[in-house]
Amino acid sequence: MTPKKLKPVDAVVVGSGVAGSIICMELANAGLQVVCLERGRLVDPQNEFVMPYTNDELKFDRHSDIFQNLSRETITFRNQMSETALPMRELGSFKPGEIVGGTAVHWGCNARRFLPYDFEIRSRMTKKHGKDFFPEDCTSQDWGVTYEELEPYYDQFEHIYGVGGKAGNLNGEIHTGGNPFEGPRSRDYPNPPTLSTPQGQLFAKTAQSLGYHPFPGPAAAMTRDYTNLYKLHLGECQRGGFCSSHACAQGAKANPLTAVLPALMKKDNFELRPLCNVIKINKDSTGKQATGVTYIDARGQLVEQPANIVVLATYCFNNTRLLLLSGIGQPYDPVNGTGVVGRNYSYQTGSKVQVFFDDQEFNPFIGGGMTSVQFDDFNGEALDRTGLGFVGSAYIAVSSAGATPIKSKPVPSGTPRWGGAWKKAVAHNYRRSFSIGVHGSCQSYRQHYLDLDPTYRDSNGLPLLRMTFDWHQNEQKMLKFMNEKCVEIAKAMSPSTYSTHAVPTKYSIIPYQSTHNIGGAVMGADPSTSVVNKHLQSWDVPNVFVVGGSAFPQNAAVGPTETIGMLACWTADGIKDLYLKRPGQLMV
Amino acid sequence: MDESKHGHAFSCLTQMEIRFLDAAVERLIPTDDLGPGAKDADVTVYIDRQLSSVWGTHGRNYRSGPWLEGTPQQGFQSRLTPQEIYHVGILETNQYCKNVYGKNFEFLTPEQQDEVLQALEKDKVSLPSLSSKLFFDLLWRNTEEGFFADPMYGGNKDKAGWRLLGFPGVASGAYNTHINKIEIYRAEPVSILDIQQNKAKVDAQGYVKHVMIKQKDGQ
Repeated sequence: MTPKKLKPVDAVVVGSGVAGSIICMELANAGLQVVCLERGRLVDPQNEFVMPYTNDELKFDRHSDIFQNLSRETITFRNQMSETALPMRELGSFKPGEIVGGTAVHWGCNARRFLPYDFEIRSRMTKKHGKDFFPEDCTSQDWGVTYEELEPYYDQFEHIYGVGGKAGNLNGEIHTGGNPFEGPRSRDYPNPPTLSTPQGQLFAKTAQSLGYHPFPGPAAAMTRDYTNLYKLHLGECQRGGFCSSHACAQGAKANPLTAVLPALMKKDNFELRPLCNVIKINKDSTGKQATGVTYIDARGQLVEQPANIVVLATYCFNNTRLLLLSGIGQPYDPVNGTGVVGRNYSYQTGSKVQVFFDDQEFNPFIGGGMTSVQFDDFNGEALDRTGLGFVGSAYIAVSSAGATPIKSKPVPSGTPRWGGAWKKAVAHNYRRSFSIGVHGSCQSYRQHYLDLDPTYRDSNGLPLLRMTFDWHQNEQKMLKFMNEKCVEIAKAMSPSTYSTHAVPTKYSIIPYQSTHNIGGAVMGADPSTSVVNKHLQSWDVPNVFVVGGSAFPQNAAVGPTETIGMLACWTADGIKDLYLKRPGQLMV
Repeated sequence: MDESKHGHAFSCLTQMEIRFLDAAVERLIPTDDLGPGAKDADVTVYIDRQLSSVWGTHGRNYRSGPWLEGTPQQGFQSRLTPQEIYHVGILETNQYCKNVYGKNFEFLTPEQQDEVLQALEKDKVSLPSLSSKLFFDLLWRNTEEGFFADPMYGGNKDKAGWRLLGFPGVASGAYNTHINKIEIYRAEPVSILDIQQNKAKVDAQGYVKHVMIKQKDGQ
């Protein structure tokens, strides 16, 4: 089939999520003609995402049509290279979005910056602990850019997404009540921090008594009415729960639908095309320049959109897959360790200790919008690594996410899985329990990667992306350590009882863990170990930019969304200030 | 007739299947002094409606072969849709019950029914067409959903599941002023169904006005 060829534009952006929407806005503001292609449908949030319908746990958490529709496209998965990868037939471990606004439409508003250490983990840890500090198969690496360079873009993103928090480090000066271990920030958060629930207050008091430094978790659910950098108004969060996995009825959750698109859609030099599924980036005869993209539109027609600049800004899987399907960059070969596309796929780690109080009731359904208290004493360089024997770190938190009744019914370990005793335990404990959560980093390893599946195909007949991933003993060691610390905190709270969870031996695609998949098209200073340079520009085809979680060379302990948004601000500035002066050239 | 007892026209399940599920879900979440169980909360109605939905036919799942069994970590790999899993699972479990106990599941004693459910859960029943654990896990997942999802989906009748927990349902606009306070917030639960049927008041933004439940001493 010959594609219908459209008139060229300055820039085509694939994906309208956190990264894509900001890139579109910034490039359109600079006067470029921009087209955004989004595979999901357009929603009118003021009609569709309204009370009481967003308070529907079955619809949003279990069966949601704002998540990826696997009937058209999924990934295949195996733990190790010796196994046959099989398709992820239903969603479980993670929930990529498929809608205008992307995965952020249903994010939980956890808006933290990475630590300066996270961007330089290889060099800083090697300098401090020697080169044998990293496991032999670990491929974690520096990002090719430092926190200091990126700080203004974190600040920019926080003023687009209206992040509420309390600064712990303002220009090098430590402020009590904030996170003393954070990287220096040039100014405070645009909004005040969230209030803490009684669960969070108890955790804060206990953590403090143990010498830790708790602070309210930074949140992109508005803590007051806020007008953002793009002059858009976001309402105050009512803390009614139904947040992560759900769309927000209040317009209080910052995401592309509330914080970017209403301003962007008004621009004459911008066009959003929903239900358009990009299948390929096209190259010229030299193979060194992209000429645009080919996509399948809502009516099933094959369309070619020529463009001077192509920006891939989709979920980490599709950024990598589109590069592989388009022959951009050398595919990674885990046996020889050569190639880059698909290399350094990683995830995030988590664990928890559940505490139960027979004599105390809470209001666990109140919360959401990242209402949390956390501390960083075991994160980054704050963690004393003497005798620990693992790379990476974690933060510890009590989050009041709004306990919804299908999925949030903690019972002490040893409770039968169903029947009368289970019913009794559920009734007793729903209001008398909360968890102390571990949110940990995950290093990258030689044998964990993404490539094209040799067998399974999507509804267009194109190969699915294949994930090879398992837990490494390094992360298991770390979680074991963090669990022990959580038990100490739990005991100090004097609960009636507490339950620990064993560290999993194998990664499973079944239970929900986090939608924090990263890597595959990582950034870096060295083209032999990265797909894009520090400006997120393809080393091989310089008018292609690949932005998103795909650029993380390994994962930090905190949620990725704010860093994805920050990278979008940084990339857009690079294109505007550097690339457009020497179009088609590699930026230095 | 079971069908009229539930007050719902069943579109997927047969009378025999309804009787099987009524008996099974009653064991999974029994009626007791804490309140209604899954049968009385119309979980069977919920399951029937789910089986007739996009979910019941795996409309959003990846459904191309080859169909290999895979490792436990690789997740759901069955060729069967939930509709088929229920039809086949019930038929073959009843056959197993006839072989072992001489009668269908619904006629067994509660203790025998628990034995069967435990055997299914532990994958100890070799059903001809599917893993018994697969059938059990789906049944338990849907039972839990049907007991705790909004009553608009046919289960959680009279918000029995929410009353059991003390979950107030649709959020109130007052949470924001209550969030950092230690006082117990206990309200008469409100469902989306209540609002659709004009049985609950909402404010201009659609948040409900909860009717608070007074705390009894010692509760």
